[in-house]
Amino acid sequence: MATLAAVLATTHHPFYLKATTMPPEQQMPQAAEWKRKVEAYRETLTRAKPDILVMVGADHFHQFFLDNYPTFLIGKAPRYDATFYNEEREFGIPKYVLEGHEELSNFMHQGLMDRGFDFAFSHELKLDHSIICPIITTRPDADLPVVPIYTNIFAPPLPSPKRFWDLGRAIREIIDEFPSDKRIAAVGSGHLSLELGGPRQFKETGPDPEFDRKAIEWLSTGNIEEILANVTHESMSASGNATHGFMDLILMMGIAGPIPTAYHDNLDLFHTMEAYFTWYPEGTAA
Amino acid sequence: MSKYYVNKFLFTVDRDPELLRRYKEDPRSLVASWEQSIGPKLNDAEISTINSLTDAEREALVNHDYVALFEMGAHFFLSLTIFIAIYDEDYMAKSGPLSFQREFAEKLKHWTGKDYPTIALWQAAAR
Repeated sequence: MATLAAVLATTHHPFYLKATTMPPEQQMPQAAEWKRKVEAYRETLTRAKPDILVMVGADHFHQFFLDNYPTFLIGKAPRYDATFYNEEREFGIPKYVLEGHEELSNFMHQGLMDRGFDFAFSHELKLDHSIICPIITTRPDADLPVVPIYTNIFAPPLPSPKRFWDLGRAIREIIDEFPSDKRIAAVGSGHLSLELGGPRQFKETGPDPEFDRKAIEWLSTGNIEEILANVTHESMSASGNATHGFMDLILMMGIAGPIPTAYHDNLDLFHTMEAYFTWYPEGTAA
Repeated sequence: MSKYYVNKFLFTVDRDPELLRRYKEDPRSLVASWEQSIGPKLNDAEISTINSLTDAEREALVNHDYVALFEMGAHFFLSLTIFIAIYDEDYMAKSGPLSFQREFAEKLKHWTGKDYPTIALWQAAAR
């Protein structure tokens, strides 16, 4: 059976690459610290020696729109283009082509259906920055095959926080049952408190530092009870209108299980709290 | 009111460099041609006949009025992205990084601490 080598849950700040590669005299003061933290975080994935990445993100109206927006979707293609024109324009993110892993995609899709998650699927999926940002930060060589999973944290009505947790638990079971000697890592991205296009955007901190502090505590200690007792769609809206991306971090913890992280770190940037979590559920790379 | 169609405008224009250029340079003309020939497209072969902009929506789009769009419940990500594309560079040159984003926030400050107009589409339809 496959080994779950690591589970990573990370915020995805689309300006990381631009902020840390522009000429040093133009960089923001925190750029060097940001880069150090990201590179230390990257090491938590490298150390786990993964062969395949299950990547969790959310399409930000790049391939999918309100005429046909999937609640949960899995990519099943042999390879994936990544980065849309408007992401290159706004964030300076380059284009990539990632290899897929059709065998695990198919096994995952069937396993999800068997567990009551009737996923939409795509055989021609172009990935957006929710998946490419964590590739840039945690696997910049982009040299591993991926199985992309998209969730809806973006276009209401959204699934509940509990549903994201349960989906994570289901993905974990399926990875554990995958008949292969490969080492699989799951890497997903989302947000802590976040405001976009509203009055609390682009302030000195994220819109709700108190939520960020609690969320880091809950995730790093594996405390799903507190998350499910405290986090609702309404509470996330109160923390910032785009905070619902937190549910993808809940999903990632669902893959790991209700256990403490082996590694976590965070960085208070303008506009957002960046946070990085790694679990080694099988203790393999700890 | 068609929140869906306003979002479709923002979505289709933001992803197309040529439409975006026209939306920046001559928004009234671009909105008019979008309503004629781009908005109705379901795909390259099929036409959709069911949507239209209200006068208020059309004016908000023509005026790059992101405050009105926010108050109509246009999707925040689409609205922020397209107006960054149109204004960020000019603001940056004049007033430094994030000056446009902060002005955008400032113009919406009367919403601080309140429930924002919903971006959900079905509630708009029920009004």
